[in-house]
Formats: sequence, C-alpha cells, structure tokens
Amino acid sequence: MDFSSLIIQILNGISYGLLLFLLASGLSLIFGLMGIVNLAHGSYYMLGAYLGFVIIQETGNFLFGLLGAGAALALLGVVMERFFFRKLYKRELDQVLLTFGFAYLFLDLAKWIWGGVPRILPKPSFLEGSVSILGEAFPIYRFAMIVIGLGIALLLWAFLEKTRTGIIIRAGVDDKEMVSGLGINIQLYFSGIFALGAFLAALGGVISGPIVGAYPGLDFEILVLALAVVVVGGLGTLKGAFLGSLLIGFAETFGKAFFPDFAMFTIYVTMALVLIFKPSGLLGKEESR
Amino acid sequence: MKQRWLRFPLIGSIVALLALLTSPLILTPYGLSLMTQVLIFGLFAMSLDLLVGYTGLVSFNHASFFGIGAYTAGILVTQGYENFWFTLLAGVTVSLILAFLLGTLVLRSSGPYFLMITLAFGQMVFALAWRWRSVTGGDDGLSGIPRPELGLPISMWDSQNFYYLVLAFFILSSFILWRIIRSKLGRSIIGVRESESRMQALGYNTWAIKYLAYTIAGGFAGLAGVFFVYFNGFISPQQLDWSMSGLVILMVIVGGAGTFVGPVIGAGAIFVLQNLISAQTERWSMSMGIIFILCVMYLRDGVVGYTIKLSKKGLRNYESFRNKKRE
Repeated sequence: MDFSSLIIQILNGISYGLLLFLLASGLSLIFGLMGIVNLAHGSYYMLGAYLGFVIIQETGNFLFGLLGAGAALALLGVVMERFFFRKLYKRELDQVLLTFGFAYLFLDLAKWIWGGVPRILPKPSFLEGSVSILGEAFPIYRFAMIVIGLGIALLLWAFLEKTRTGIIIRAGVDDKEMVSGLGINIQLYFSGIFALGAFLAALGGVISGPIVGAYPGLDFEILVLALAVVVVGGLGTLKGAFLGSLLIGFAETFGKAFFPDFAMFTIYVTMALVLIFKPSGLLGKEESR
Repeated sequence: MKQRWLRFPLIGSIVALLALLTSPLILTPYGLSLMTQVLIFGLFAMSLDLLVGYTGLVSFNHASFFGIGAYTAGILVTQGYENFWFTLLAGVTVSLILAFLLGTLVLRSSGPYFLMITLAFGQMVFALAWRWRSVTGGDDGLSGIPRPELGLPISMWDSQNFYYLVLAFFILSSFILWRIIRSKLGRSIIGVRESESRMQALGYNTWAIKYLAYTIAGGFAGLAGVFFVYFNGFISPQQLDWSMSGLVILMVIVGGAGTFVGPVIGAGAIFVLQNLISAQTERWSMSMGIIFILCVMYLRDGVVGYTIKLSKKGLRNYESFRNKKRE
C-alpha cells in the first residue's frame, strides 16, 4: 500500500469512526443514565435512513430528510421511554429484553413497508464529485461526513460540559438517586436522553445513507459495531465512545483493505484484545459490576 | 403438606412421559413433526435456561452453539461421513470447544457487558458461517441432509421412529440436566445467581462455576442442533443469527426461567403460536416482537412460573382456611 492510498484509508477510517460515534454516544449515554443497553439502537439508525429516504424523495431536500428523520425518531424514543421503559423502572434486564423485542418489531416493520431492496439515498448536489489527494480521488461527501461528525461531537461535548442540562445528565450518570434527591425530575432527563440518542442514531442513518443505503439487516450490522465501540471504549463516557469509535472505524476500514473476505474479524480481534487486557473498556470505570 | 408438594414433580414427569410416549399414536403427521420440533427446541431452550434461569447469565449468542452443532453434523454428512453416532459426537464436541473458547472471553465481563459481548461474538459466528462459502455453502446453506442411519433395521425416514429417537435423547438430556441442577454444582450455580460476591466470600471459584455452566449449556445446545439438522435436512446461517438466539430467549421467558420444564412449555407455546399466526399473516416476526414485549411486561415469570406462584398462593390460602376452621 503506497502513501496516498494510506492517507485515503485513514480518512475513510476517520469518517466511518465519526459515523459510529453518532450511534455509540447515544448508546453509551442511555446506558450511563438508565443502565439500559438499548438493542433497538441499530433499529433507530435503520429507520432513520429509510425515513430520510422517503422525505428526501418527497421534498428533494437533504436537510429536510436529515432533520425530519431525526425528529421522528426522537419522538419514537420518547414514546418508548415514556410508555414502556418507565413501566419497568429499575428492572434493567427486563428493559434490555424489551429493546430486543422492539428490534424484531422494527425490522419486520421495515421489511413490510420497504421490502428487501436496498435504498440508496441521493447526495445533496453541492457535495457531489471528488477531490484529488496526492493523485487519488476522494469523494467530497466523505469530507463532509468528517466535518459534520466532528461538528456534532463538538456540540455534544459542549452540551454535556457547558450547559446546565448537560451537567445534570453527567451527575445522573454518576449517581441518579442523589440527583433526584436534589429535587430534579430525573425521569424527564430519561426521556430526553432517549430522544437525543434516537435523534443522533437517525442522523447517522441519513448521513451514511448515500454510501451504505438502507436495507433490512442494517440495524444489527451497525448495532454490533456500536456495541464493539462501547465495549472497547467503555460504557457511560463520551470520551470512551469517541476513542472507541475511531478505533473500531480504523479496524473496520483497514480490515476491509487488507483482508476483504474476513474484514469484520479485525473488529472482533480488537474487542477480544481489549477484553483480555481491560475488561471494562479502555476508558471505562474500573469496576463494571 | 410440604411433602405432598414435593411429590408433584415425580407425578408430573410420569404423566408427561406417558403423554410424550403415546402422542405419536394420536397425532397427525403434521402434529408429529411439530412435536418433534418442540422437543428439539425444548432441549435447546432448557440448555439456555441453565444460563438464564439458574446461573443468571443472559446470553445472547446461544444460537451459535446450536448452529455450530448443526453445521458440524451437516458438513460431515455432506462430505460422506454418514455414521450417526460419529456426527452426533462431533457436533457436540465442536460446540463444547466453541463454548470453551468463547467462554474465556465473554465471561471476563458481567452484567451489561456480558450481554453486549455475547451478542457481538454471536454475530461473529454468524458472519463466519455466512462468509466461509467453501465449507458452509455461504447464505445458500447446506441442503439435502438425509435422516440419520443408525445401523439398525429401522428407518429414520419414518417420522414416528425419528420422533422416538429425538424423544430418547430429550429424556436422557433432561435427566442429566436435572441431575446437574440438583447436584452440588447445581447448588453453587444457583448460589452465583443469587449472590456472586457472597459465593466468592465463601471461597467458591465463581468464575469456574460460570465457565462450567456456560460450557455445559453450549454442549446441550449443540446436541439440539445436531437433531435439528437431521430433522430439517437443511441448515443456513439464519440458524445462528441473533434472531434465533432471541427466539430461544423468548421460549425461556414464555415458559418461565429457572423452572426447569418451563422452557419446553415455552417452546411448545411458541410453535403453536407461530403456526396459528403464520396461517393468518406473513408478519410472524413482527408478532414475535410484540409477544416478546408483552411477555416481558406482563408475564415475566412465564407460564410455569406464574402457575407455581398461583398454586403456592392457593396452597397458602387453603392452609390458612383450614387452620381457621380448626380454631
């Protein structure tokens, strides 16, 4: 592999990693605050991609698709939290099983509505084409993905670090009894974090839509990658999700470049190594119970 | 009163045994094939219950062991190694080895991490079956696997004979599983479920206990897989997908985790529901998701667990009623 294609692969790894961050950050925050591993998180991503496809087809505007799908999935997240998870308050295992049931439901729903044919979302016209990096072509759209991904990561960081809401969420991750003891309605934040997670996942689905498209089975493909990210990075921290996303993004991209037939195994090797040396993830809290 | 209650499992199992032995005489061919599947999946679900119900480990990759047992037998048969006992032994051995290897990785974690990691490694096994075309046939799967040849003068193509073969192994396996649960090992497995830290404080090596349970469960799932491939005549990567792991978790929940017979009842209930619903609509998978959600929310103890709860309550009411009368 020569130098220019190495650069291309690195850029691909970054853009893919940032995409995974959109999922993993939500997954990690929901877990941190509520103790639920949301196995329907990949479904949000898939449904987001499909809804984005429909909205872009109707309106011809990529931004509408992005925000429309995000808003719809955020609403779905709130509904799930409000009407299902709240009924099983403090029964974390049952809540996880519940998300699993939803994953079946959403997958079959998508098959029912859209069939089995993959749908590729159109790119916004101003991001068509490619630029040349040391003689190799690199799509502008992937650059845009990196910029958007970094932008969202930065916004999320600022939101959690600098705003009052963010501070309450972080406090909730550390000790939710204490937070509710201080007179804060923590349930409101549960709904909020579900909405935020679903919103980010749907954004990821629409953003990756022009490249991977939307198809049944995408949900669990991406969920496994997101789970790998949080296992590698550690649950409940934004930093861990960010580091893990980039690592898994690189593992996936370079795996595809070097061993095209067995690309996914680079991810499992990465996961296995982390598990052997640091079972709670690279930046996870030491005691994962 | 307590002693009479203890006698129930014995009477119950005799009745169940008689019902299972005589059912081929009553059932239609279609019913018999359904019953054979219930036994195969019942065994599969019982093996998972050893983890979910007794050890307290919710494993999301149990289909990996089922599938790898099925694939091993299927590959051997299509390669010309048709001896039933050999394929059976190979299928169980390979699933034991897989559980042995995966166990070292997934049991390094616990709680939510365990759940995520088993799910991820389950998808790895799925991807392996899907990609390794030259051996597994890729997504076309392996087809044309005949019924087993036992070297006896009876043909296994006869569905009654095959049913009795499955039944024999089902009874043997349930007996072994029952003995394991009732043994000292079984007691310590339940101890880990109740409080791992307390077991550690008592000097037990809880990791080894969990590891043993994980491996045993994997082996029995592989056994169920071997019978599945002989029954079905076909195996594809779908049989080790997450949705298959989910199906067997659902069977355990519907029947009742940790109730021993619950998972078999759960398997029966799911197959009956599947047949009823599939006759009406193509959306079985969606219905399954809805059943899953409803069961988790409203029937968490499962059918058997709920019955036990009710009858215990009934027994208590009866006793207090009698005591009052005496006064």
